[in-house]
Amino acid sequence: MKHLYTWTGILLVVCFSVMGDTLMSRAMKRVGDLHALRRRFGLGTVICRIFSSSTFFVAVGAMAIAFFSLMFSLSWGDVSLVAPAAASLTFIGNAVAAKMFLHEKVDRRRWMAALLVAGGVALLIG
Amino acid sequence: MTFRKYLVLAGVTVFAAAGDSMLSHGMKQTGNISLHHLSSLLSAVLNPWVAVGILLLLAFFASYMNALSWADLTYVLPATSLGYVLLALVARFALHEQVSALRWMGIVLISGGVGFVAGGPSVTHHHDNVALTGQDESSKPHLLPTSARGGAPADSQQHVRAAGRGDL
Repeated sequence: MKHLYTWTGILLVVCFSVMGDTLMSRAMKRVGDLHALRRRFGLGTVICRIFSSSTFFVAVGAMAIAFFSLMFSLSWGDVSLVAPAAASLTFIGNAVAAKMFLHEKVDRRRWMAALLVAGGVALLIG
Repeated sequence: MTFRKYLVLAGVTVFAAAGDSMLSHGMKQTGNISLHHLSSLLSAVLNPWVAVGILLLLAFFASYMNALSWADLTYVLPATSLGYVLLALVARFALHEQVSALRWMGIVLISGGVGFVAGGPSVTHHHDNVALTGQDESSKPHLLPTSARGGAPADSQQHVRAAGRGDL
């Protein structure tokens, strides 16, 4: 039963993390390089630009749900299982989502990395 | 890639691992959280380990947002993969958890896989972000999104074409 809770929690973390990461990446690309913006226009402008993005808030909402799912999962399972497993599956989900929704160039090198990560996750489950 | 950008990626790695570890330690002290007693979630947040863990995760979040503003999502996540190794070391030596040989192999494989991708380009050049993330900051002439400027500038279009040829 403990394993069921742990893996249900991990799946929730992954789903909402992928959603949050993808939306956050889109929002930040629209805002622009934060360091360059801060140097040129000041911190206030950077904060205003970030907070004027509705995508940013949806991303934060999804990340918050992922965060609380992680808190539940960590109270049920070992950190050395929950954190790497959730992060690795999130990585694979992010690679797919980044190609589909962000149109990033996920080349052979990046897909290969996703396969190696999937192998690592399989070992973690074992 | 500048030193500052490496520093941002290091921040993402270290803050995430340290935050997760402290959160785990605090949650173990708090005990299991039941869906029927959500008030226990509030008391968990008041635990000092959980509170510091949350602060570190906020620092991670700031570094992560910064990194995503100039690099691909599929670059940032692999580039910060050292956190898994760091996490395993903390779990083993600070939290005294049992990390089996199989899990160690899994962690190594994950790190190897994500390290594999780190040598590639950090950003995919699109018309709407090339002026923001694709150039060296010292020579960056445009800081507003292309949509706000009413179209890509000529030098950005050249940049896109150069990226398409693999010149960058």
